[in-house]
Amino acid sequence: MKIQQYNILFLYQETFALTKRLFIQLKRRPSTFFAGILQPIIWLFLFGALFSNAPKDFLPGVDSYGNFLGAGLIVFTAFSGALNSGLPLMFDREFGFLNRLLVAPLASRLSIILSSFFYITILSFVQSLAIMFISFLLGYGFPDFFGLGIVFATLILLVLFVTSISLCLAFILPGHIELIALIFVVNLPLLFASTALAPLSFMPSWLGWLASFNPLTFAIEPIRIAYSKNINLDLVALHAPYGDLTCRNCISFLFILTIISLIIIRPLLNKKLT
Amino acid sequence: MTQIKIKNLSKTYSEVKALNGVNMNISKGSLFGILGPNGAGKTTLLRILATLIAPDEGTITINDIDVIKEPRQIRELIGYVAQEIALDKILTGRELLDFQADLYHINQSKKFERIDLLVKQLDMKNWIDRKCGTYSGGMKRRIDLAAGLLHLPKVLILDEPTVGLDIESRNIIWKLLDDLKKGGMTIILSSHYLDEIDKLADTVVIINDGKVIAQGNPAQLKNNLGGDRITLKVKEFSDSIESEKVKEILQKIDGISNVVINSAQGNSLNFIAQKGDDLITKLKVELAFSKFEIFSLSQSQPSLDDVYLQATGKTLQDAEIYMTGKRDLKKESKQSMR
Repeated sequence: MKIQQYNILFLYQETFALTKRLFIQLKRRPSTFFAGILQPIIWLFLFGALFSNAPKDFLPGVDSYGNFLGAGLIVFTAFSGALNSGLPLMFDREFGFLNRLLVAPLASRLSIILSSFFYITILSFVQSLAIMFISFLLGYGFPDFFGLGIVFATLILLVLFVTSISLCLAFILPGHIELIALIFVVNLPLLFASTALAPLSFMPSWLGWLASFNPLTFAIEPIRIAYSKNINLDLVALHAPYGDLTCRNCISFLFILTIISLIIIRPLLNKKLT
Repeated sequence: MTQIKIKNLSKTYSEVKALNGVNMNISKGSLFGILGPNGAGKTTLLRILATLIAPDEGTITINDIDVIKEPRQIRELIGYVAQEIALDKILTGRELLDFQADLYHINQSKKFERIDLLVKQLDMKNWIDRKCGTYSGGMKRRIDLAAGLLHLPKVLILDEPTVGLDIESRNIIWKLLDDLKKGGMTIILSSHYLDEIDKLADTVVIINDGKVIAQGNPAQLKNNLGGDRITLKVKEFSDSIESEKVKEILQKIDGISNVVINSAQGNSLNFIAQKGDDLITKLKVELAFSKFEIFSLSQSQPSLDDVYLQATGKTLQDAEIYMTGKRDLKKESKQSMR
């Protein structure tokens, strides 16, 4: 029992140290943090301007394109951050710093993974809050307390899902060049093949099918509901080609995807970290 | 008392046999030197000891704990300072040590005490609060060594800790290692610097092509050669046929032993001459009889290089040059990545 208590304390100590290191790096090199906020704001501003003269009934359930776009940009910010979460680990692998961690008597090497999750989750929350605040200043509204709960719950699931894949890739791929190349290939196509920039009804049938299976869509639609005036988990959030999905359905799908991804990557992480 | 037992250890990377049936025992509180050219298998051996890689065959224990089966227990006992210095250049030296202390679960009150002591011992006070990215090679090596010592390991594993260092950093590290040894710590030090091993090690193993080719106390290994080292040339550059003829002559002379042809140095002849006899005169007579003249002849106390030369027919420096051309460093770097 005492050993277990020590292990939990040790796990906390090492996870805290690993997370702290990532935040020190962020503090001393904050450019990616600010770029992560700036990019969605520019998108919001430019895309909002681009479609500002669109007819009022152009989009369902919202009164401006900026309102529609906000949810997509919050999700895209969290998604991009999580997708890049494997990079620090990849650099640690390449520069041999990971060996420093692997020769240490860590209570559990899970702490290496946990620290990345904590770091990206906190980072995504802060960036998302900044975007939400600026969106509010631009007149696109702000979710209420319950809505905020939905936003953060959705973001946690998305970040867990994408971070687990990114960490997995950081162990599988031979180097950071390959990881960055993959991020480039995946990032924008996933955004365009989701409901971030346009509703399903705007899309050709094949793209509609793609978008309605895209995990980003499952994250975007609940956040749109969170921004609406009448928040209800059982409101239809997505008219997918295979049937209507409520906000609850979307979050559940995201939850299932996250669990599946964690189960799939576990053996690989065990192999690489033992 | 034997603290580390290594039996029949083998490791193969692709088709390269990095270790081939290595056996050795390391005594508690000793400084154990591992000497060999680059690519001999030293780093592979140390990485296995540090639980970073598993061997294909063989057993290895520290304090009777199996390194392969109980890696976590082993990690508490060891400090490992790798050949490639992996620092986080964004952190300051003090932050790095603080980070390292947390990975080793050192409690908060002892942590700062240990860091301050190591800062003093390794003379890091003037730059410890600067970012690691601004450090020179010597500073990096010292902070890396401090990180390996932070938790007071029972066994310290050092992979070429002084390679490329300035004299000041080298002396500081040598002094610290001497102090640690006096304090009872077991130190395993790999190097290809003969003087370093000769000066510091109580016991040395010489590794070549993944095999142990000599093992013992440095003085004893040199004494076993049985006399002074002589390097003889009958021409500035002899061909191998000529050198073989001279070798035959030398082997017939009483008091001369261990004759080897050093092909990398113009097929010069290296041998051990017993002390006390007037061998040089005898040698001149015998060579003149076979119509050979002495182009150059040098006599010196045997070194560990002679021990290596005796076992392999090459000097350590020549072996380095040979291995440098043979190794695929990019491939090795990929293999060492987890």
